Amino acid sequence: MQTVALKLVTIVAEPVLEERLVEALHRLGARGHTVAEVHGAGSRGMRASDPPGQGVRIEAIVSDAVAGRILDHVAEHYFPHYAVIAFVADVHVVRGEKYV
Amino acid sequence: MSEVLAQNLLSPVTLAFVLGVLARLARSEFQLPKDVYAGISIYLLLALGLHGGMELARASFDAILWPALATLAIGSLTPVSSYLVLRRLGRFGAQDAAGIAAHYGSVSAVTFIAAQQFATAMGETPEPFLPTLLTLLESPGIHIALAIGLVASRSGAGSSHSMRETLHEVLTGRTMVLLVGGLVVGLLMGEKNWGAIEIFYDTKGPVFKGMLVLFLLEMGVVAGARLGDLGKVGPFLLAFGIGVPLVHGALGAWLGTLSGLGVGGATVLGAMAASASYIAAPPAVRLSLPEANPTYSLTASLAITFPFNILAGIPIYYQIAKLAQG
Repeated sequence: MQTVALKLVTIVAEPVLEERLVEALHRLGARGHTVAEVHGAGSRGMRASDPPGQGVRIEAIVSDAVAGRILDHVAEHYFPHYAVIAFVADVHVVRGEKYV
Repeated sequence: MSEVLAQNLLSPVTLAFVLGVLARLARSEFQLPKDVYAGISIYLLLALGLHGGMELARASFDAILWPALATLAIGSLTPVSSYLVLRRLGRFGAQDAAGIAAHYGSVSAVTFIAAQQFATAMGETPEPFLPTLLTLLESPGIHIALAIGLVASRSGAGSSHSMRETLHEVLTGRTMVLLVGGLVVGLLMGEKNWGAIEIFYDTKGPVFKGMLVLFLLEMGVVAGARLGDLGKVGPFLLAFGIGVPLVHGALGAWLGTLSGLGVGGATVLGAMAASASYIAAPPAVRLSLPEANPTYSLTASLAITFPFNILAGIPIYYQIAKLAQG
């Protein structure tokens, strides 16, 4: 099967940020996204969620350029004061035109 | 006094809370599934709204006016007093102080319910329009504290969250929608329709009390999980989390009495003034004051003030209310 190399951007964040992050993702060029409710802990400890300890994992498959823009945006606006991690992975997808 | 304290400690609500804390401390795997927890909190708030709304239909405007003004006065005062204490005595930064003050300016609906149940059990049924007062206290405290925080730290930079966004957040939150919505529905449906659902939504009835016990059990687990953070926040916040509710609670009970509430109503208003929000305030603070450390505000409100009010605060406000009535 023919596959296309793209980037999978993953952001794990405090649930209060979900709406804003999803909005930013689409503004920066993502065509779709997936959100999962997760729980865990990190260097920042407590999260402002009810019940506490919850997080969201937001994923989007995007082009290299969009992935860079998303990471820059998250780093600039959210890394300083929020419990957020973000990373990019290489993925190979079918129907590559769907994502860019 | 000790008799009243003992009676409170042996109520099923308090015991369930203690059981939850102990389960957590013993590292039990028990906890309420989070959807069940969310479901019960929706039920409690809606019941409070519906029953309160139905009773509101019977109340006269004159009876509510002064208690409502007293509530608004409390809602405007408690965030400011909390902020000043934290800033001046506790040497907290502007954002941290404002973040914690937003929690203490707002109100905990569960503490309200526990106080209502306690006063009723003591034979001092609170005025039926108190849930209406609860809705008045939820929002102003949060906004006043956030405004102080934004002005004091002059941080346009870290926060792009406008007051309008925050207002939308708080006013469309679970508590406001279910409480205010429930009050309106309760007010509109009238007593005849109330009869059809009373058995389920009666806040003095067995279903409501049973649900409350289950909810407090989970609150115990949640608070117990936060106890480990007590060491991180330092002795000042521990003293703050008990001292400030006592002062605010006494003020609430006294103002409640002045405004014409009976012992039960003044007890509940005292508990409202003394309580700290942990549902509406945290996300609003998190988005508006990103530099405020949520460990401080959540530990203070959940691990210190909430347990204090449930275990000892409410009976103390009850005694103060009795003294104030003379």
